[in-house]
Amino acid sequence: MDKGQLAEFIKLLDSEVDIREEKQFTELNVPGPNLYALGKKLKENQEISFDFLFCLTGVDYGQDLGVVYHIRSTKHQQTVVLKVRTSDRKNPQFDSVADIWRTAEFHEREVFDLLGIRFINHPDLRRFFLPPSYGFPLRKDFVDDLNIVTK
Amino acid sequence: MEETMKEITGEDQKYVINMGPQHPSTHGVLRLVVSLKGEIVRNVEPHIGYVHRGMEKMCESITYPQIIHLTDRMDYLSAHINNEAVCLNVEKALEIDIPDRVRVIRTIMSELTRIQSHQLWWASFGMDLGGLTCFFYGLRDREKIMDIFEETCGGRLIVSYNCPGGLMYDIHPNFQKRTKDFIKYFRKILPEYDQLLTGNVIFKERTRGIGRLSLEDAISYGVTGPSGRASGFSCDVRKHDPYSAYDRVNFREVLFNDGDTYHRYLARIEEMKESMNIIDQLIDNIPEGPFAVKMKPVIKLPEGEYYQRVETARGELGVFIISDGNKNPYRVKFRSPSFVNLSVLNLISKDFKIADLVAIAGSLDFVIPDIDR
Repeated sequence: MDKGQLAEFIKLLDSEVDIREEKQFTELNVPGPNLYALGKKLKENQEISFDFLFCLTGVDYGQDLGVVYHIRSTKHQQTVVLKVRTSDRKNPQFDSVADIWRTAEFHEREVFDLLGIRFINHPDLRRFFLPPSYGFPLRKDFVDDLNIVTK
Repeated sequence: MEETMKEITGEDQKYVINMGPQHPSTHGVLRLVVSLKGEIVRNVEPHIGYVHRGMEKMCESITYPQIIHLTDRMDYLSAHINNEAVCLNVEKALEIDIPDRVRVIRTIMSELTRIQSHQLWWASFGMDLGGLTCFFYGLRDREKIMDIFEETCGGRLIVSYNCPGGLMYDIHPNFQKRTKDFIKYFRKILPEYDQLLTGNVIFKERTRGIGRLSLEDAISYGVTGPSGRASGFSCDVRKHDPYSAYDRVNFREVLFNDGDTYHRYLARIEEMKESMNIIDQLIDNIPEGPFAVKMKPVIKLPEGEYYQRVETARGELGVFIISDGNKNPYRVKFRSPSFVNLSVLNLISKDFKIADLVAIAGSLDFVIPDIDR
């Protein structure tokens, strides 16, 4: 399956996905509520079987908060990038994908710790690196007068 | 009577003990909270963050050449390969063609790094299991690679030899000779490693069938590197997504199917041999040419997202850069192999004895600053 066929195939799985062909990978912009269902289909459909989540990144885009999932198929050697966004900075939350790809459990805890994004149905969502009273340092509006010197 | 016995042996109780943060077999400041029933491990919960330096946040306020020197401090045993990951990503984003000489030297240095990392791992793994001799043997041989690094890069552990566009300086005139001497020496000495540990009956008893990781779990938990390949997960970035000069050398991807502690051990021993084969093919064929291309004094990546993965001694290291066109990156994420491999510890050490936990944790080969970043 080449990139064009793959895009068409994914369009059939979820019609609300916005598929973009970027330089390196195929990008799928998914509405937050569809994330879990699409992830499950991507993994379990035998024709694509994206079974290896190799990178999960939380990003602060300024207005929005988002999560980027890099997923590869070990069978077909293809890679897609899932992206979700939310404009709710006070209480950002997405569905956890930890029961689809188990590696997400640690990654999501890290994202929660550093960006304050909550993951619904995560088995054990606690802070990982930092003490409980600390802010969320990877947010762009995080202020730490003591340790961050701004010019 | 039976109940009294249970009370004495503590079989019906659950102990919770702390292993670490200061414990010789956690190799750094990793704290494992272990729930035990008698001597059997029921649950392992890692507590990390003791050396968290906020590297991803620091990267947002520094330039790309400066990031390279930070990545040394992540997985300090694969320092050169970490540098390479950032350099390759920057070069890919700027679409710079790198001289052949640089590609070959980077590959040789990466493989030397891999050998010395596995040597240190072998040394400390033997020590974890009670064989102190290994430690001296491993470090004795590793010192020779450190000397080669020192001569060429100036640094022994933290080399910082790469820069965007090539290398900091050319190789030392002695580099080829000393590397060849080392390979010759290490080929001769490697059977000693096998005599000390691989064939040792006590060692086999303590590692065979312990901490078995299935292929499905390895993929689902994202366990890469020798630990993943011991379970049959074909995840060698050097094969699947060749970078530098890996597309022009012949080597075997070391794969096993058992996935227990013993095979994770064997995978690393075999990898050392493969690394030596790679160096053999390249060391006499280093092309002439410049050791770096001239870069602009201020490096600005075009707007966009860039992902580069490389194979470190521990597994797949990913560097994900989001650039907004400035001289500082907008967001940098390091997908570090130790962090991901740690997540599988609870799964595979369940229902084994606490002494086996030390063997299993040792065979996964963590570097704590790589977990915490």
